[in-house]
Amino acid sequence: MSDVLTQDRMALSRRTLLKAGALAGGGLMLSATIPMVARAAVGGAAAEASLNAFVSIAPDNTITIVGKNPEIGQGIKTMLPMLIAEELGADWSQIKIVQGDFDPAKYGTQVAGGSFATPLNWIPMRQVGAATRAMLLEAAAKRWGVSASGLKTDKGKIVDPKSGRTLTFGEVASDAAKLKAPDPATVPLKDDKDFTIIGKAIGGIDSPRIVHGEPIFGVDTKLPGMKYAAYERAPTFGSKLVSADLDAVKKLPGIVDAFVIKGDGDPQSLVDGVAIIADNWWVANKAREQLKIEWDKGQWGDHSSAGYAAQARAFYDKGQGTPFREDGDVDAAFGSAARILEAEYQYPFLAHASMEPQNCTSLMREDGVLEMWAPTQNPAAGHATVCKLLGLAPEKVELHITRMGGGFGRRLTNDFMSQSAAIAAKVPGTPVQLIWSREDDLRSDFYRPGGWHKFRAALDNDGKLVGFTDHFVTFANPGAGPFNPANMTPDEFPASYVSNLRYSKDEMDTRIPMGALRAPRSNGLSYAFQGFLDEVAEAQGTDLPSLLIEMYSGKEKAPDSEGAFGSTAQGFNPERAIAVIRKAMEISNWGTPSASGRGKGFGFYYSHQGYFAEVVEASAERGQVAVHDVWVAGDVGSQIINPFGALNQVHGSVIDGLGQALSQAVEFEGGAAKQSNFHDYQLARMPMTPQIHVEFVKSNNPPTGLGEPALPPVIPALANALYKATGKRVRTLPVGDSLKA
Amino acid sequence: MAIEVRINGVTHSVDVPEDMPLLWVLRNELGMVGTKFGCGVGLCGACTVQVDGVAQRSCSLPVGSIKGEVTTIEGLGETEVGKALQEAWLEVDVMQCGYCQAGQLMNASALLERNPNPNERQIKASMSGNICRCACYGRIHEAITQVAAAKLSAKESADV
Repeated sequence: MSDVLTQDRMALSRRTLLKAGALAGGGLMLSATIPMVARAAVGGAAAEASLNAFVSIAPDNTITIVGKNPEIGQGIKTMLPMLIAEELGADWSQIKIVQGDFDPAKYGTQVAGGSFATPLNWIPMRQVGAATRAMLLEAAAKRWGVSASGLKTDKGKIVDPKSGRTLTFGEVASDAAKLKAPDPATVPLKDDKDFTIIGKAIGGIDSPRIVHGEPIFGVDTKLPGMKYAAYERAPTFGSKLVSADLDAVKKLPGIVDAFVIKGDGDPQSLVDGVAIIADNWWVANKAREQLKIEWDKGQWGDHSSAGYAAQARAFYDKGQGTPFREDGDVDAAFGSAARILEAEYQYPFLAHASMEPQNCTSLMREDGVLEMWAPTQNPAAGHATVCKLLGLAPEKVELHITRMGGGFGRRLTNDFMSQSAAIAAKVPGTPVQLIWSREDDLRSDFYRPGGWHKFRAALDNDGKLVGFTDHFVTFANPGAGPFNPANMTPDEFPASYVSNLRYSKDEMDTRIPMGALRAPRSNGLSYAFQGFLDEVAEAQGTDLPSLLIEMYSGKEKAPDSEGAFGSTAQGFNPERAIAVIRKAMEISNWGTPSASGRGKGFGFYYSHQGYFAEVVEASAERGQVAVHDVWVAGDVGSQIINPFGALNQVHGSVIDGLGQALSQAVEFEGGAAKQSNFHDYQLARMPMTPQIHVEFVKSNNPPTGLGEPALPPVIPALANALYKATGKRVRTLPVGDSLKA
Repeated sequence: MAIEVRINGVTHSVDVPEDMPLLWVLRNELGMVGTKFGCGVGLCGACTVQVDGVAQRSCSLPVGSIKGEVTTIEGLGETEVGKALQEAWLEVDVMQCGYCQAGQLMNASALLERNPNPNERQIKASMSGNICRCACYGRIHEAITQVAAAKLSAKESADV
């Protein structure tokens, strides 16, 4: 079974389905099926025995497990092997973990995105462990001449309870490797109550190497004879290179080569530019100052944030946009309303700004194979893009997945891989490491798209919400329509919960690259919708959590919109929403007034199959915002697989969301991004860190991911808290100076 | 022209322009890649090293200007405070992606060497130049506090 889904798995329209299927650029290929590739034991008694693609066991009982998914800091290289080790009956101290190369035939889906790893692998990885355990038991049973069904495992040993005999996994591994692997689907899995590894706080497997400064990230890749490359592209998106004078650069000391690279016109693949190769990256990068390049900006050179805002205004002046959901009789509801609320919310473009700048190392080998070391969240898409770009057969591109210094969705798009591959193809036999500067990174992103929402709400004589409209203004790639992160599904809450409802849309074309940023789409929609619903609740004389509980009460479970989450879909369960809302109210003492000058605000959002309700307490003295406390209640199912990683994801999401909301925006001028480094694109720093209180509400549902769903609700919770503290609604992000007198 | 620079107790001679930042000498000339490139202009702290115990941004430090002893993340474990911080980092499980952590550790150890018992405000002020994009700030703070407290209690025991 294979689900071909788009970047964040939503909006599975026919068009996006086809696009994702091609896997060019951002599409994700997701499959819940794990191949159990049986492999023969290698070498003699002293060597490791490979029981399948994921597990090898050495005679000294060291167990090596392959972490198949890319590690961006979400903890997956530790967490997926925990699932295998649990069912294997291993002791965690025996475990070594190695990063798997890109090899979907061996490992199945390998992707870091959409908080998808947990729901997609929760059962299959455990099945791998259980099937491997069955092979070890069978090998021991044969040696002892007993039935495998009577044997047990205990911390890396096989035990025969009748005789008390034991064998280590390592002692039977080479025998076990010769056995036929059982069908993973037929092997029984442990009861949750018997878990000894799942649910334990286990430290990141690479952390000891990191605190000692050992090479482990993509940019740490070092090959014999390796050179370094910088890539100069046009600041204006959509530009073409007309001519370049490279003479001055080539004469500089330390420069190995410089050449023009013509792109294929697709920003997700390769844009025109000049590559400069040197023995030292600083030398290559500095040489860019000497380049003389003529660019043709085409039709995009006058695009600007101000222009987009004016276009949005023109859309609002013109009418209501194109409806994409219409329930009941909206005009009648507003015609007979006792009270009508109206407000516009807007949010800006954002950059990802992962700490490790984009980079990739490539070598065109003498055998015609392109070998790559890539910090990519989406190796399948990167591999496909490179193969297409260079006209290479899939087996001619070997891809090593490296640990990444953050991803946040940026590395789902693999333009840096294309650049690196194109450079390596020009200098066969020489490994070259392409590194972007921070300025390159902030000015060549696939940005979180900005958006505008004009809301109206109709209340009847009893204050009941009887009508709701949103006119959404967003961006589209020319000829392709809005990419998912710039889109909104017809099922966005409160659709289905208000009888008379209209969602409509206007789109403007842009060549500014857009992509998925942590909790794509949800990170903007949560702010706008939960912010406006807070206004509705106030007008009703209630508060947002009470309004939401009332709306969700007694409602049926609903399928996830447009087939989202594929085979792992559980549907939206209003009862789970109510439980976390109540829990957040409880742990934050919601009803208790804040100290003078402070205010508490609430936000709830369901995304990536996770239910999160959050309360922020903030103040804004003389416009200076301080966030004091954040209370988080979340339901991601029956298990918190690794509490260490889980809490880190929640804390990180909360601060990430607050940082965005308080100070981040990318603006455009002359078709280019204005922001260039951390002085004008400000990330959250330690002094702004609030106290964060997290409580997981466990529910009887399969576990789902935590990389994203804790982020969306904190933004409206902050905006709503600042309203309580100051009396001013925050309808534009970032908060910035908007609260100053 | 060869430039001599002492790093983690070893004298290295490199043939690079004097204005090449120490970061790129470490990473591309000497193969010491623990020190990380983040912004190139001293705004993020990922490249933090110590020169004579003082935290410095190696991305903006011309190699020709260095007079003192450089300590990098590769040599941090040689000091008592550095080793204690590395251990606390693992015990608290500070990191997510880990990319900024070398810089965080170098800055934290410089802080504790000059102020063995910093309060919350001092820790936040001293660490404010180091960005953690994954926002592990709570745990970084916790690990620093833990090391400071352990040192303090060890000192008190010794004083009795």
